[in-house]
Amino acid sequence: MANILAVDDSASMRQMVEFTLKGAGHTVTSANDGQQALDIAKTKSFDLVITDVNMPNKDGLSLTRDLRQLSAFKFTPILVLTTEAGPEKKQEGRAAGATGWLIKPFNPDQLLATVKKVLG
Amino acid sequence: MSIDVSQFHSIFFEESFEGLDTMESGLLSMSEGETDADTINTIFRAAHSIKGGAGTFGFSNISEFTHGLETLLDQIRNGERDTTNEAVEVMLSAVDTLREMMSAVQDAADIDEEKVAHVSSELTRLLQSDEEAAEAQTISDETSSNETTLATEHQQAGWKIDFKPLPHLLQTGNEPSRMFNELAELGKLDVELDDAALPHFSDLDPEACYLSWQLRLETDASIEAVQEVFEWVEDDCELSISPLVDEQHQDTTQLEKPFQDTDASPSTAPIAEQAVSTQSPESTAPKVDSVKKKPSTPSTEMASIRVGTEKVDSLVNLVGELVITQSMLGQIGENFDIKMLPQLIDGLEQLERNTRELQENIMRIRMLPISFVFNRFPRLVHDMTSKLGKKVNLVLSGEQTELDKTVMEKIGDPLVHLVRNSLDHGLEIPEKRLAANKNEVGELHLTAYHQGGNIVIEISDDGAGLNEEKILQKAIEKGLVEADENLSPEKIHELIFLPGFSTADAVSDLSGRGVGMDVVRKNINSLGGNVEVISEPGVGSTFTIRLPLTLAIMDGQIIQVAEQRFIIPLISIIESVEIEPKKVKRVTGKGELYNIRDEYVPLIRLTNVFNLDGGVETLEDGLLVIVEAEDRKVGLFVDELLSQQQVVIKSLETNFRKVTGVAGATILGDGTVAMILDISGLLTMHREPAKQLNSSVIKVA
Amino acid sequence: MMSQINNTENDVLNVLDVMDGNENGALQYLTFELEDEHYGVEILRVQEIKGWDNVTPIPNTPSHVCGVLNLRGVIVPIIDLRLLFGMTFNEYTKTTVVIVLKVQGITPRIVGVVVDAVSDAQSISADAISVAPDLGNVVSTHFIDGITNIDDRMVMLLDVDKLLSIEQVG
Repeated sequence: MANILAVDDSASMRQMVEFTLKGAGHTVTSANDGQQALDIAKTKSFDLVITDVNMPNKDGLSLTRDLRQLSAFKFTPILVLTTEAGPEKKQEGRAAGATGWLIKPFNPDQLLATVKKVLG
Repeated sequence: MSIDVSQFHSIFFEESFEGLDTMESGLLSMSEGETDADTINTIFRAAHSIKGGAGTFGFSNISEFTHGLETLLDQIRNGERDTTNEAVEVMLSAVDTLREMMSAVQDAADIDEEKVAHVSSELTRLLQSDEEAAEAQTISDETSSNETTLATEHQQAGWKIDFKPLPHLLQTGNEPSRMFNELAELGKLDVELDDAALPHFSDLDPEACYLSWQLRLETDASIEAVQEVFEWVEDDCELSISPLVDEQHQDTTQLEKPFQDTDASPSTAPIAEQAVSTQSPESTAPKVDSVKKKPSTPSTEMASIRVGTEKVDSLVNLVGELVITQSMLGQIGENFDIKMLPQLIDGLEQLERNTRELQENIMRIRMLPISFVFNRFPRLVHDMTSKLGKKVNLVLSGEQTELDKTVMEKIGDPLVHLVRNSLDHGLEIPEKRLAANKNEVGELHLTAYHQGGNIVIEISDDGAGLNEEKILQKAIEKGLVEADENLSPEKIHELIFLPGFSTADAVSDLSGRGVGMDVVRKNINSLGGNVEVISEPGVGSTFTIRLPLTLAIMDGQIIQVAEQRFIIPLISIIESVEIEPKKVKRVTGKGELYNIRDEYVPLIRLTNVFNLDGGVETLEDGLLVIVEAEDRKVGLFVDELLSQQQVVIKSLETNFRKVTGVAGATILGDGTVAMILDISGLLTMHREPAKQLNSSVIKVA
Repeated sequence: MMSQINNTENDVLNVLDVMDGNENGALQYLTFELEDEHYGVEILRVQEIKGWDNVTPIPNTPSHVCGVLNLRGVIVPIIDLRLLFGMTFNEYTKTTVVIVLKVQGITPRIVGVVVDAVSDAQSISADAISVAPDLGNVVSTHFIDGITNIDDRMVMLLDVDKLLSIEQVG
């Protein structure tokens, strides 16, 4: 199954995402914020990155931009977790290089459906 | 797969309460005009996380309520709104409300809906001063009109899709083949590739996409469903979707009906519906779901501690060492020969070191910084000073000083009481301070530090100091001291801790809920600590609290009385003396006093209070252990002093009940149980028979 | 009307018994001796049976509270059932037995009781149990769940929770 990097500053969301993905057989690495995620990403490649937007140290959009600069993450699907469904926010995400988004609140089933969509 | 999200509730609450604390302290600093981007971002993120988490874990009312707060913060963050005092106050009360809502959900109790509605309308009122509310209205209108058009539109046999990705599409992580797979799930898909745009190999950029596709999808799915597949690439491709003109699907008419039905009922529209619900609530009055009807909130919350990874890692290392020691000892034991004795001794020493380190490290896991308690004071001081018309500068220091979680939970109330007391009685109003040549802003310092095995907390103000005259007068009125007694200032200060001193007129509506200083001292004593006060008229007073770092382990002195072993907490022992018979004074009844350095202390025979048979009776044959509790000294008459050691405190109440004079039990090295003495309890027991005597009067030699 | 309700209740009970895996609604009891009398406690309430060990007395407690024992790190009070029942005191010997029981209350507790000897584990069906006779004020019987006969001996079945409640024991 896939190797996934999950980034969220909220421990409960992180746990939920991690638990759900692991339950579906994926391998999950967690990071507390964008900076930590970027540091991890420099040493390891992933099949998918799922990141929150609002985080301390480095937010999800900067993380997406920085990841796209790394050759290992040029084509890697990056999903952004966002509470905003407005078109500008989506545009911002796309401009940063995000593959798609998942709108909060979501439940584990929605998460799995979206992950399936990018992992094929 | 279905996952029960309720398993994440307890961590969600824990992190949300922390978030609320963060928001509160941030808002308080904003109210003092120190608005900086970092603070606002931090507050915003906390609100944002609570909203997101609450929505995800099924607390829609909390999520909705937080939305207004978040919007307000977002506007401030983006510089669209100034930080007014009014806004800060409203947001503070929103934080309070959230805290209450979450506690209620956690305890499966009722939410104070009136309050929620009130604070929520306050937030809306602030927001409505902008056109924000109107905007939200438009969005929800838009979405609902979208829905109506969709419901009438899918009278088709399928869709013809022209999909021409822009060259950079692949670099967004999207992959056309995955989208086609997704489409194929909606019905029968025919894919036709157009590679006309493919350049010559030498000109080819391997990272660009040159291909385009014409797709035929035979399906009864709506255009929405098809659009959703391309949702993420809308701007990265040229896309046109048109209905398939095809009459071969005779049966579509039959299929249509149920589809229209489901589509019209909003509950089945999945992600689009979610998006709408997060957009609109600010314009509407809050929909407060009753929490009672949610069975997914079990009240079986387990208290948990967050532990830093480095603490866990060091434990793992220690356990590793322990395993090595154990296997070494095991080898020695296998074919033991007396020649191996030195190795055995070495091994045992190593084992002892391992055990001690392991114990210290495990205790460290329960340790939390005192900032958890200190953090509530900025708010308290803020609220109280504005009510009292005083100006106070609160200075916190040593917030990172760690102490046991259990001690922390119990020290909060006494600290609040002492701080309220300083604000209410200690610090003067600005005019008085100016008249006394002081800065009109009073200083209140809360300081914590470690000293030996204790944590020391000081509450110190530069106020008027204790009013000795008034205290003495009241103590005489209450019959706590004789009118003609000549007390030193220190003795007078001590009077405030006596039971029965604090009375209704000493309690203002702010500083106490009728709780006196005696209760503060009692609570601190019950934690194995003590409190004392130093005060100077016109200069201020300092209350000093000393507490053990943990309640689970303490240093004990093992004593023997009548063939039984007891433990006296080392912290309460002042000294142990051999008894000189001539220093013993017998008073009416069976009371005995012992004169130690011109101070008479009551002598308590444990055989009497505990009704034990046997034991040493002649005073010269035993020892007197002078202990202190509730600021009173007593001598415990014991047969013998045995060793001192650290003991693990176990409660008798777990399987039995509370026993007067006994603080708990512990297990000694040989596996037997020994009772730990409760000095305050013994004092009460000793006083009990002579209750009629005026025994609470302080005796001064 | 009333009888109908009762019937339904009985049905429910029967169903539960079957679910417990007991035929005929029988329950397993551990029986033991005190003086010449026989008693039983539900076997599911028994945590373990152990020999007498020296206990540490608890100050100022009634005589039937022997003291506390360290049971693998847990402090467990030990109650002398003879003294609790007002019988004569029997010296503790190597053969004295302590039955460690699980008591349900506001919080679950572990309490040990000293008995003369443990007899047997018995399966006793619900219809073989009759209501305890009212012995008036002489002996308190509220902690006796019922009585039954095993091999011509009368066995009193004890309600562990009532017998060892804090009020009763402390």
